[in-house]
Amino acid sequence: MSGVRTPLWATERLRHVAAQAALIGLIALLCGAAGFNLVHNLEARSIRIGFDYLGQEAGFDISESLLAYDPANSYGRAFLVGLLNTLFVSGIGIVAASVLGLMIGVARLSPNWLLARLAGLYVESVRNVPLILQLLLWYGLITEILPAADQALKFGGIFLSQRGLHLPWPEPHAGWSAALLGLALAPAAMLLWQWAAARRGSVAPIWPRLACCALLPVLGWAAFGAPSEFSHPVLGGFDFEGGKSVSPEFAALLFGLTIYTAAFIAEIVRGGILAVPKGQTEAAEALGLSRAQRLRLVILPQALRVMMPPLTSQYLNLIKNSSLAVAIGYPDLVSISNTTLNQTGQAIEAITLMMAVYLLMSLAISCLMNWHNRRIRLIER
Amino acid sequence: MGAISTSPPRRLRAGRWLREKLFSSVGNSITTLVLLGLVIWLGGKFLAWGLLHAVWGQAEVSTCNALGGQGACWAVVADKWRQMLFGVYPGSEQWRPAAAVLLLCAALIVSALRRFWRWRLLVAIWIAVTCVDAWLMAGGWGLAPVETAQWGGLPVTLMLAVYGTALAFPLGVLLALGRRSQLPVVRAVSVVYIELVRGVPLITVLFMASLMFALFLPEGMGFDKLLRAQLAITLFNAAYIAEVVRGGLQALPKGQHEAAHALGLGYWQTQGLVILPQALRITIPAQVNSFIDNFKDTSLVIIVSIFDFLYAVKQAVISDLGWRHYFVEGYLFAMAIYWIFCFAMSRYSQWLEMQLNREQRT
Repeated sequence: MSGVRTPLWATERLRHVAAQAALIGLIALLCGAAGFNLVHNLEARSIRIGFDYLGQEAGFDISESLLAYDPANSYGRAFLVGLLNTLFVSGIGIVAASVLGLMIGVARLSPNWLLARLAGLYVESVRNVPLILQLLLWYGLITEILPAADQALKFGGIFLSQRGLHLPWPEPHAGWSAALLGLALAPAAMLLWQWAAARRGSVAPIWPRLACCALLPVLGWAAFGAPSEFSHPVLGGFDFEGGKSVSPEFAALLFGLTIYTAAFIAEIVRGGILAVPKGQTEAAEALGLSRAQRLRLVILPQALRVMMPPLTSQYLNLIKNSSLAVAIGYPDLVSISNTTLNQTGQAIEAITLMMAVYLLMSLAISCLMNWHNRRIRLIER
Repeated sequence: MGAISTSPPRRLRAGRWLREKLFSSVGNSITTLVLLGLVIWLGGKFLAWGLLHAVWGQAEVSTCNALGGQGACWAVVADKWRQMLFGVYPGSEQWRPAAAVLLLCAALIVSALRRFWRWRLLVAIWIAVTCVDAWLMAGGWGLAPVETAQWGGLPVTLMLAVYGTALAFPLGVLLALGRRSQLPVVRAVSVVYIELVRGVPLITVLFMASLMFALFLPEGMGFDKLLRAQLAITLFNAAYIAEVVRGGLQALPKGQHEAAHALGLGYWQTQGLVILPQALRITIPAQVNSFIDNFKDTSLVIIVSIFDFLYAVKQAVISDLGWRHYFVEGYLFAMAIYWIFCFAMSRYSQWLEMQLNREQRT
C-alpha cells in the first residue's frame, strides 16, 4: 500500500469479515424462519417432535430380517432390522460387483476380439439404463415369469420359483459354526502367511496358500463332529418350508446392484490397467511371466493405486443405490423408515435418522478407504 | 519365431485377422468357440422371441396370449405408447407435450454444437425454449389449461433432468469457488453442504422434499409437488456439479491466479474473466457425464409418485389387467428410450473430450 491510506471500511480484512458475517446471518435467518414455521406447523397438526416413537410398538411385519423380529417389537428395532438389511445386501453386492467388474474390465482388454467386444457390449448396455428400471425388470422377471411354487424348477435339492430360491441348509450345529469361523479366519491366515514370507524376504506361493486356507473351515467342521444334517426345503401349502430361502426382492436387488455397479467398476479397472506404463508389461514379459501372472503380479497391484479413489466412490454409490430397494419392496433402511413415518407421522425424525445413518456409512467408508489409500500409495525416493 | 521363413504367400487379410484376434493360442481358440456358441445360442433365442415369433403393430391381447410366451408382444407398446410417453396428459392435447419434447431435444442438440457456444446466445435460446415449453405444457393464451398433476411421461423426465442441471449449475460453481475460498466460514459452509448432499441417497432428499418441506414453510403456502421434486433434484445436483467444477479449478496452474492478480484484477474479476472460462471449458465432458447420471436419476421420482417417463410406462402396463403380463416388453421399450438418450450423450462426451484435448495440444 502506498501513501494513500485506505479507509477502514475498504480494507480487505474488514470486507472479508463482513461478507462472512453476512453469510452466517443469512443462514441463521433461513434456519430461524424454517424453525419458527416448523414449530408453528407442528403445533397446528399436534405432532410432538422427538424420538420417543422409537420405543413404541411397531405393529408391522417385516418379510425378512437378520435379527429376531416380530410386530410387537419397537420402531427402533425395526429400524435396526432395516439398517442390517441394507448393510447385508450392500456388503454382498460390493464383493460380487468387484469380482464381476474385475472380470469384465480385464475381458475388455483381452487380446481376444470377441471377448473384448462382448465385455464392451455389457458395459455400454448396462450403464446407460437407470438402475431402478433394471431392478423393476429383474423383479418382474422373477415374480412373473418363473413358475409358481408348486411347479418350481428343481436342480438337485434346490428349488427356483416365484417365491424365490430355496436351498438345503445345514441344521444348527457346533461343527458348522466352527467351519464358518474357519472361513472368516482364512483371509487373515493368508495375509499372515504373506506377511511372514515378506519378512523373510521371499514371496509366498499362491496355490499352497489358498489350499491351506481352504482347509481351515474343513478342519473346524471335522473337529466338532463333522455334522451332516441338512434341512431340506419342502413344499407345504403355498410356499416352501425348511432349508434356506432367498426372497425374490433380495435376489432382484442384489442382482441389479451387482450387474449395474460391475459395469462402472469394469471401466475403472480398465482405466487402471491402461494407466500402468507399458514398460511394466514388457518387463514382465521379458521375465517370462504368462499373461495371467503378468496381470496378477505386476499390473493389477500397480493399477490398484489408480483405481482406489474411484472404486471407493462406486462402493459408496452401491450403498446409496441400495435404497432403491423401496421400489421393489425389500425391507431396507429406507423402506422401513418410510413405513414408520407413514404410521407415526414423525417425518422429520425418520428422515433425519435415515440421512444421518447414510452419512455415517459414507464417512466411515471414506475414512477406511483413505487410510488404505495412504497405505498403498507409491513411496518415492 | 526365429526360424527363417520364406516370404509367405499373400494371405487374405481376414484370415490373418481371425488368427491374430480370435485364434492366437489354444486357450484363445477355446474361449472364442465357447463364446461364439453362447452368442449364437442366446442371441438366437432372443431374436426368435423378439423378432421372429413376435406380434408387431396393433393387435388384440388374445393374439399375444396365443403365443404362450414364445414371442414378444410388441402390441403392448403399439397399444399404449401414448400413455407411456405422455402419461395422463389429456388425449386430444397430446401434440403439446410431443412438441415440448421435440423443442427440448432440439435445444439440447443446438447446445451441443460448438458453433453455438456463445453464452448470450445459449441463454437466450434456453429462455425462449423454456417459455414456449411452459406455455405448451401448462396452456393459457389460447391453449386449454392443463394442471401439473396431469403432466407426465417423457416431457417430465426431460424437464427434471434439463432444469435440474441448468439451475444447479450456477449454485454448483459458487459452491466450488466457496470450497476453495480463503474465507473460513464460506469454505466450511460449502464443504458441509457438498459432503452432506453427496453422503445421502437422492431418495432421501426426494422424501424430504415431498414429506418434510411443507413443514418448513409458512402455513398455507403450498408448493407444487412437481416443483418440489425439481427443487430437490436441483439442490442435489449442485453438490455433484460443484465437485466436477472443483476438478477443473484444481487443474489450472497457479500462475493463472498470480497473473490475474498482477494485472490488478479483483477476486470476482479473476474468477469470472480468467479462471472460470478455462476451468469450465476443461470440465465440459465431465459435466455431460454428470448430466447423464442426472438424467438416469430422475427416474427415482417414481418413488414419491411423480409421473415421469418410467412411472408412466409402469402404470400403462401394470394397471391394465389384460396387458400386465407383457410388462417385459413395456420395460424394454423404456430401456430403449433411456438408452438412446444416455448412449448418444456419452458418445458425444467422448468425442468432445477428444476434440478439446486435440486443441489443447496444438
